[in-house]
Amino acid sequence: MVNPRDNLLRQDRIPHIWCSGCGIGTVVGCFLSAIEDLGLDTDKLAVVSGIGCTGRVAGYLNVDSFHTTHGRAIPFATGLKMARPELKVVVISGDGDLAAIGGNHFIHAARRNMDLTVICVNNFNYAMTGGQSGPTTHRTAKTTTTPYGSVDYPFSLPMLAAASGAVYVARWTVFHVQRLRRSMRDALSKPGFSFVEAIAPCPTNYGRRNKLGTALEEMKYYKEKSVVKNDAKLEELGLELGGEILCGNFWDRPRPPFHEVLLDQTRQVQAKAA
Amino acid sequence: MAAGCMFFGGYPITPATEVAERMAERLPEVGGVYMQMEDEIASMAAILGASWGGAKSMTGTSGPGFSLMMENLGLGLITETPCVVVNIQRAAPSTGLPTLVGQGDMMQARWGSHGPYEIIALTPSSPQELFDLTLRAFNLSEKYRLPVLVMGDAEVGHMTEKVVIPPPDEIELIERKPPPEDRAAFKTCLPDADLVPPMARAGDGYHVFVESLTHDDRGYPVLNAETHEAMVRRLHDKILLHKEDIVDFEERYLDGCDIVILAYGISARIAAKSLDLARAKGLKVGMLRLIVAWPFPEDAVRELSKRIQGFVVPEINYGQMSREVERCSRSDCLVELIPRAGGEIHTPEEILAGIERVARA
Repeated sequence: MVNPRDNLLRQDRIPHIWCSGCGIGTVVGCFLSAIEDLGLDTDKLAVVSGIGCTGRVAGYLNVDSFHTTHGRAIPFATGLKMARPELKVVVISGDGDLAAIGGNHFIHAARRNMDLTVICVNNFNYAMTGGQSGPTTHRTAKTTTTPYGSVDYPFSLPMLAAASGAVYVARWTVFHVQRLRRSMRDALSKPGFSFVEAIAPCPTNYGRRNKLGTALEEMKYYKEKSVVKNDAKLEELGLELGGEILCGNFWDRPRPPFHEVLLDQTRQVQAKAA
Repeated sequence: MAAGCMFFGGYPITPATEVAERMAERLPEVGGVYMQMEDEIASMAAILGASWGGAKSMTGTSGPGFSLMMENLGLGLITETPCVVVNIQRAAPSTGLPTLVGQGDMMQARWGSHGPYEIIALTPSSPQELFDLTLRAFNLSEKYRLPVLVMGDAEVGHMTEKVVIPPPDEIELIERKPPPEDRAAFKTCLPDADLVPPMARAGDGYHVFVESLTHDDRGYPVLNAETHEAMVRRLHDKILLHKEDIVDFEERYLDGCDIVILAYGISARIAAKSLDLARAKGLKVGMLRLIVAWPFPEDAVRELSKRIQGFVVPEINYGQMSREVERCSRSDCLVELIPRAGGEIHTPEEILAGIERVARA
């Protein structure tokens, strides 16, 4: 059987490492659809990942693939983008990688409006290492390092991205396949720092410890408890364990991306120097 | 600039800020990019990314920033990414004496990132050498595909002296080996006979696979001891095989001498005076000045240790390169460390006193 997207994947790297019921594959599927929709030239597309389950995404894609260090995908992608501004550079990584160890890079790339599309698979825990609490873990949730329930307040990633300067911010769950695909398409089309959060089940770790049921049951939960609200206020976007999930394309405020402004300035400096 | 550097990712830090300031001014004039990153972790990551975009790239820092770069220095080593890191060493540990001299990062340069690896580190002793060795650092990084360290110090970094910058056509530049034309058959990490793989950049249709995990010739992660052994072995051997091309030191009066001063950076400048003082007293003293600290000139030090009475090693730390001298001399001669904690350079007299102690021993 031939999958129409076979050419977008490194076939010799399949099967992948993700657990059954994991949401990362769905996010990858949506991403590949978005690339196809836009007709992006995969020779001019680089995908950079950090560390963790989602950190493995870059390595399955038949593009220029970069599997970097924990949290550092964004600054690596920044250097790559600035050396070859004609490339489309995408960062796909997890919540722990992007918002904890890489949180500083995340807000600064958004602030300077680096022309990157950042896709975060948020499964609310460090899954690769066996399910520890992270920067998006819901309050009261049980993980291996919050055995009595988490007392930490989590980040709301869309709020963080928008407040830091992103030009485009969306959130969907992996139940919303078509909407996630469309948001990725939009994000890839916006010059500047665009951000898509994809809420995904981790039945092996987070789901099991928090009695969220099978992946199928978690998809039913996404279906029943998600509310599409494109005009939601940023402060409404917090998440509670088992609570409502506000989804939508929340933020679309174009401003010139960093590389364009810098290259304009560089041309002026060069003209003056000549 | 003379080496063709087109990307600088930096973060201000005393006493290396001037490097960033100068690059911020000069790079746009030649169409290059200066980027002020959010910290030194990001600076190091960005110069690696820029290198994979095809740009020669560098950063400049000092101790605290150098510490933050260690993680991604390892990434640069395992992904064989050419770039240059300049460290203008200051007195440490921690914040230490930001404006004052130290040489305490020499072992960090060798071992600071986790895991086994070979590294190249150069030790300039003058503004002229800061120019020459930064140029050489770019050439070595392109030739052997790894981050190369320029280990200056606050004294040399802030020194004003005449620097001769040759015309561009007299500067030899080495570029990374281009990839073969067959994109479909390309393997990101497949080495040539010299153990160094050609390098494709992102965006040219090679679909490079750049991997921080242990990987095979394709760059694909293969997580077993056998693949790890082969990869780590090659990363070592590609430097060790070319050691003669890389190692560099300056000799003075080594023929027939009884005592050898081994020094580098600003300490070598002071030691040159001590050398003159000692020889004026009739002592048979020579000097070996490190121009390349890593790889260490093991063979030269080993040979000397067999016939001399001892080494005198002035360092602005409590013994780093001196341990390397001890290792190579295998107790065949004395090794007299002249330590300084940092903040001040040695006086010629205290190095002379060390020479005299060895002479009397």
